[in-house]
Amino acid sequence: MPSKSAQEDDTVVLNAEGLSSAYGDRGVLHDVSLSVAKGEIFVIMGASGSGKTTLLRHLIGLSMPSSGEVTLLGKRLSTINKDELYELRKHIGVAFQGGALINSMSVIENVELPLRQHTALDNSTIRIMSRMKLDMMSLDDAENLMPAQLSGGMLKRAGLARAVVMDPHLLFFDEPSAGLDPVTSAELDELIIGLRNALRMTVVVVTHELESALKIADRIMVLDEGRIVALGTVDEITQSADPRVQSMLHRQVRARRPGDEAYLDHLTETDEP
Amino acid sequence: MCTQTTNCANSLVPRSPALLFETNSKTMMDVLSPLISLGRTSISALQELGRMGIFFAVAVRQIFVRPWEFGLILQQLRFVGARSVIVIAVAGAFVGMVVALQFYDVLVRFGSVSLLGSAVGWSLVRELGPVITALIVIGRAGSATCAEIGIMRTDNQIDALECMAVDPYRYLIFPRLVAFLIAVPLLTAVFNVVGIFGGWFVSVAVFRVSQGAYFQSMADTVLLNDLVMGIVKSVVFSVLIAWICTGKGFLMHLNQGMVFGAEGVSRATTDAVVAASISVLFADYIVSAIML
Repeated sequence: MPSKSAQEDDTVVLNAEGLSSAYGDRGVLHDVSLSVAKGEIFVIMGASGSGKTTLLRHLIGLSMPSSGEVTLLGKRLSTINKDELYELRKHIGVAFQGGALINSMSVIENVELPLRQHTALDNSTIRIMSRMKLDMMSLDDAENLMPAQLSGGMLKRAGLARAVVMDPHLLFFDEPSAGLDPVTSAELDELIIGLRNALRMTVVVVTHELESALKIADRIMVLDEGRIVALGTVDEITQSADPRVQSMLHRQVRARRPGDEAYLDHLTETDEP
Repeated sequence: MCTQTTNCANSLVPRSPALLFETNSKTMMDVLSPLISLGRTSISALQELGRMGIFFAVAVRQIFVRPWEFGLILQQLRFVGARSVIVIAVAGAFVGMVVALQFYDVLVRFGSVSLLGSAVGWSLVRELGPVITALIVIGRAGSATCAEIGIMRTDNQIDALECMAVDPYRYLIFPRLVAFLIAVPLLTAVFNVVGIFGGWFVSVAVFRVSQGAYFQSMADTVLLNDLVMGIVKSVVFSVLIAWICTGKGFLMHLNQGMVFGAEGVSRATTDAVVAASISVLFADYIVSAIML
C-alpha cells in the first residue's frame, strides 16, 4: 500500500490509514486516518460508543481492523509476525483504563514484570528502576500493596508506572480521567505532560473528558459514531464551526431526532418473526 | 418495505431466514424454528470446539518456547497440588473405607473375605482413584483457575500482558498446564495410598480380616498393568482439566452472547466445571475400553 505520509519520515511514529472495523453487521469505525508526530500529545476524543477504544486496540495491534493499515514506529502491523509485533511492543507502553494490573502480584512486582521479562538486569537494578517510576507517580508507599487494595486513581497511576518502566518511545493511555475526582484527574494530566517533557515520549490519549483533553493536547481528534468529526490543534478544535464539535465543547445534549416515521417504526418494532 | 406506520409486521419478515423459502407464513416459521435453532447451536458448538482446539495447540507449542517460567510452575503446583493434598487424602480415606464396607458385605456371603484387599486395591487403582481425584481437582483448582483467568480477561490483564510483549500462552497458560500434568497423577497416588489404608482400617480393624490376607491378596491381583492404567488415566484427565479450565476462562470474551464481567466469568466457570467433569468420565470409559 502506498503511503502518502512517508514511513521513511522518522518524525511520524504512528500512522493509520483508512481504518474501518465492524462488530458483526454494526460498523464501529469508518475510514479513520491519523498520523502522530514524535514528541506530540495526541488526544482521541469521543463520547462512549464513538469507537475510540476500538481505534486504540487497532493502533496497538490488539485487534486487526477489517480494512486499513496501521504503521507503528515504522512497521506495518498487518505484515509483521507475532515475534516482530512483540519486539515492537517493547518500545511502546499501554496504560489501561482500570490499570489492568496482574491481581496476583503486588504493585512493585507488576511494575518490575516488563523488566524481568525483557532485560537481563539484576534484581537490585530492576528494583531501583521500578521504584523510580513508582516515585514519579507518587506511589512510593504503595509498592507492597496488592492491586485490590488500591483506589481507582492509584490503580491508574500504577498502570502508568508499569507502562513507562521500559522507557517506551510511544505511550498509549486509555481514559486517564474516567472515574476520578477532579484533583486526581488534574494530577494525572500533569503527569502525562511531565512524561512528555522529561522523557520526550510521544503520548496518545483516549478520553471523553473535554477539560483534560484541552489541557494536555497538542492535537485533538474528535470521533463520533466511528467517523472523524474534527482533527486539529486545540485552537482549531475550539474554533471549529462543526455543530457536533460545538455541542461537545458546550456540553449540550446532542439532538437525536430521527424522522417521525422511523421513530414510530422503532417504537413498534418487535423481535418476533 | 413498510410504507405505512399502521402495519409494519411485514417489514420484519425479510430479516428472518424464512425468506430463503420465499414464504412469509407464520406456520412455516414455526416448523422451521427448531431446525434453525438446532443449526445455530451446532454451528456455535463447532466454533467453540475449533477455538478450544487452536487454543490447546498454541498452549502445547509453548513446550518449545524458552524461557520456561519455573517460578510460576512452582506457584501453580503449590496451588493445584500441595493445597489439595488434605482434601484428596480425606476423600481417599472415606472412599477406601466405603469400598471395603460394600465389598465385605458381598464377599462375606461367599466366604471369600480374604479377597477384600484385592477388591479394594483394584477398584481404587484402576477406577476410583483417578476419577474421583480428577473430579475433586476440577472442583477445587480447575474452577478457581478458570475464574482467575476469566477475571484477567475481563479486566484487560491479558491484553496488558500482550502489550508488555509477554505472551499470555507462555506466561499464564503453559505453567498451569504443566502444574496440572504433574499434580493430578501425584494426587491420584496419594488418594490410592490413603484409600488402601482406609480400606485396611475397615477390613482389618473393624471386620477382623487377617492383615496378611488383605495385603497379600492385593499384591497378588493388582499388577503393573493396573497401575499403568491408573497412571494413563490420571495423565489424560490432567490434560483435559487444564485444557478445558484454562481455555474456557481465556476465551470467555468469545463466548456466545458476548457476556462480560462477573456474569461472564461465572458462566465460563460453570461451563468449564461441567465440561471438564463430563470429559473426564467420557475419557475414563474410552481409556478403560482401550486398555482392558
